[in-house]
Amino acid sequence: MMKYRLGIDVGGTNTDGVLLDREMHVIHSLKTPTTSDVESGIYHTISKLIAESNVSAKDIEFAMLGTTQCTNAIVERKNLNKVAIIRIGAPADNAIKPLAGVPEDIKSILNNHTYIVEGGHEFNGEEIAPLDEEKIREIAAELKGKVDSIAITSIFSPVNKTHESQVETILREVLGEDVSISLSSEVGSIGLLERENATILNASIIKVAKMTAEGFEHALKSNGIHAKVFFCQNDGTLMSKAYTLKYPILTVACGPTNSLRGASFLTENKDAVIVDVGGTTTDIGVLVKGFPRQSSIAVELGGVRTNFRMPDINSIGLGGGTIIRVDGENFTVGPDSVGHRLQDEALVFGGATLTATDVAVALGKVQLGDPKKLQHLDRQLLSNIYQRMVEMVEEAIDKIKTSADDTAVIFVGGGSVLLPDKINGASCVLHPENGGVANAIGSAISQISGEIEKIYAISKENRQEILDGARQLAIEETVAAGADPEKVEIVDMENIPLAYLPGNATRVKVKAAGDLALA
Amino acid sequence: MRLIGKEEVENIAIGASLLGTGGGGDPYIGKMMALQAIEEHGPIQLLDITELDDDDLVVPLAMMGAPTVMVEKIPSGEEALVSFRELEKVLGKEIKATMPIEAGGVNSLLPLALAARIGLPVVDGDGMGRAFPELQMVTFYLNDVSTTPMVLSDEKGNSMVLNTINGVWAEKIARSATMVLGGSVMNAIYPMTGKQAKDSAIYRTLTLEEKIGRTIKEAKKNKQNPIDAVLSLLGGYRLFTGKVVDIERKTDGGFVRGTATIDGLDNDKGNNCYLEFQNENLLAKTDTEVLCMTPDLITVLDTETALPITTEGLRYGARGTVIGIPSDEKWRTQKGIEVAGPRYFGYDYDFTPVEKLRERVRENDEISVGN
Repeated sequence: MMKYRLGIDVGGTNTDGVLLDREMHVIHSLKTPTTSDVESGIYHTISKLIAESNVSAKDIEFAMLGTTQCTNAIVERKNLNKVAIIRIGAPADNAIKPLAGVPEDIKSILNNHTYIVEGGHEFNGEEIAPLDEEKIREIAAELKGKVDSIAITSIFSPVNKTHESQVETILREVLGEDVSISLSSEVGSIGLLERENATILNASIIKVAKMTAEGFEHALKSNGIHAKVFFCQNDGTLMSKAYTLKYPILTVACGPTNSLRGASFLTENKDAVIVDVGGTTTDIGVLVKGFPRQSSIAVELGGVRTNFRMPDINSIGLGGGTIIRVDGENFTVGPDSVGHRLQDEALVFGGATLTATDVAVALGKVQLGDPKKLQHLDRQLLSNIYQRMVEMVEEAIDKIKTSADDTAVIFVGGGSVLLPDKINGASCVLHPENGGVANAIGSAISQISGEIEKIYAISKENRQEILDGARQLAIEETVAAGADPEKVEIVDMENIPLAYLPGNATRVKVKAAGDLALA
Repeated sequence: MRLIGKEEVENIAIGASLLGTGGGGDPYIGKMMALQAIEEHGPIQLLDITELDDDDLVVPLAMMGAPTVMVEKIPSGEEALVSFRELEKVLGKEIKATMPIEAGGVNSLLPLALAARIGLPVVDGDGMGRAFPELQMVTFYLNDVSTTPMVLSDEKGNSMVLNTINGVWAEKIARSATMVLGGSVMNAIYPMTGKQAKDSAIYRTLTLEEKIGRTIKEAKKNKQNPIDAVLSLLGGYRLFTGKVVDIERKTDGGFVRGTATIDGLDNDKGNNCYLEFQNENLLAKTDTEVLCMTPDLITVLDTETALPITTEGLRYGARGTVIGIPSDEKWRTQKGIEVAGPRYFGYDYDFTPVEKLRERVRENDEISVGN
């Protein structure tokens, strides 16, 4: 009997859906407009997919959702949780208070219960000061009934997270299971202010994550689907619902990641630059060994400086709906766009606005709408505009590359039909079939991952044995999370020696990923 | 004397990263500390050097250690205070004012945070007019001001007084103590009289940093070219415009040494510029000529935003404009060039001021046009 998996990607303009079989063949794909409540848009995409493909709802065994709702909640400051902020680090860390430099409109929502408590660790993992447990108990009593989410950040917790874990235990004793607790060591890396901000943002979107997850489950159930449900994180792997409700911030920017992974899958190319052309923007990212390259600098989210893991994406204001303004021989390209109103406003569709799509249609690059509506436009001017659009993409590709060598370039996304087959800086240009729904495909093919992080005393003699053991642990984690034991591989491994600790203490971090185990 | 508040501090931070010549550490933490201190305690008194009495005690404040530790273990604010109080005990005299040790990077902002906190005036000057990597590379050293007695303190409340035979020993001992204390400490260092400050400091660098920040912001607001505006403010030169095509880096004795290759755009199309750095940018040259060399200042600005790009932040594809700024005359003396000139860093060139190098470039251009 055939079994299927369902991939959904909710973008700002469209909700894309795709059905794959067990051999990962695309059975059917489509786009519907994203709705303001999101859930009904997801519901329509699913029911349309089932109806048009004739796949039986009960044969869908996995359902994956990639969504921007958590990002939107932060950007729009909507439905955010009541958060308490606990920083463990006094006497250090007092010179800059939590949420310093954060925009006032979000600060006023989040800054009502803030504490700095004694504790924290040095860079080598030694205690700066013992954790003030008494103070934590007092805080817990004070917070009872006042907040539903707590963000905990301790100095050098990426090296030693014992104080964060101790605080969590005490808070649970007093407050029970009803509050959500976010630990910074799970969210970000070294850089206290940025990691703390990311942890606070995480704590603020727990409610939104819950609504999103339950909405997805509801949309599935209403369509008669009883699949195992997963959520996409921004490194191209999946999270269970339970983990998503604890660390929803990891879903931020999963859309571009899914496009990159989908493009890789469709072209069987693991190292390439991916250009995802949407209605308003073009997102450009880099695939390294099949996974998105991570950004190495502080990333702003809703105006807040953070440092959690994010794909390195260069966005430019060019898409199918980009507005072109002409003044004699001069013109400007965007950055604004008619967005999802393309079907009403573009000249080829009988509208009154010259868009990037019109330029491509007029020059015969793509066939859409009624080209006769464009006959009055000057050819030379049009080809100048088109050339400028191509240059914008070439320049953006060049900025994200790490060397001057030409690289494979893959065009995906609904607007990618506008772009040519040849481009400067590309060794080859690929326009894969189904590239328009690469993001939903990326969501559907996502793998399961598992990660371990431990401090070991490593010597020359036991080095190999310890690293092998750590790899094995990561693989076991991944299998336990639902991966096929035959298809798990190590995707990332770091070992960082910690100076000034006896016995060559080394922090070992291993990440494994593999395909979902089939029932 | 004038008062400076939050807006001035924001501008100073932009100027500090420009004068940091690619190094000096990200001023962000220092800026945030200064902003909070101003919010809690009010504005900072900025003192012109000429307002000091000759026998006033002036003590610069500087952090020592790894900037990566400081971004995680942020100071409590007490460290600097302890260093200053302990040094007063040693010297038996009240400190009248503090001063940045360098105008580049995080160290130009830290004295402002202390100053706001305890109501101590800050002297409008510093010991470099830019950023340099070593403790003796300050104009105070050129004028024989002693590095010690100095006090270093950590956030736990530990402090120690150092009396050393010279600056090299101060650097050695302080650096190993810093490791034991957790990787980042605050130093009260180079205590000097008002007279010594007048003789040895570089004047009005905080005001200059503030002007740099304000100039970039205003030029952008008025849709003018911010790089042109900054160059006319600093009497600097546009050395090269292009895009970074290659970076080589290696770690060597606490320095990150390397070369960035910049491929010319616009007027520089067809040429390459090579930028040599050791934490800071030290030499800029093309295939045929040298454009600028240390101790003159070399900074790369983002061609679009005019914001400085650090040597860490340089990466393939970045569009940058390399600018050269004449250093203070104190660095152009024989001793200044010995301490921080091209040969000290291993580049086999006689120091030639950037303005002379520009004249040569212009003459060569004219000759080639004439041909």
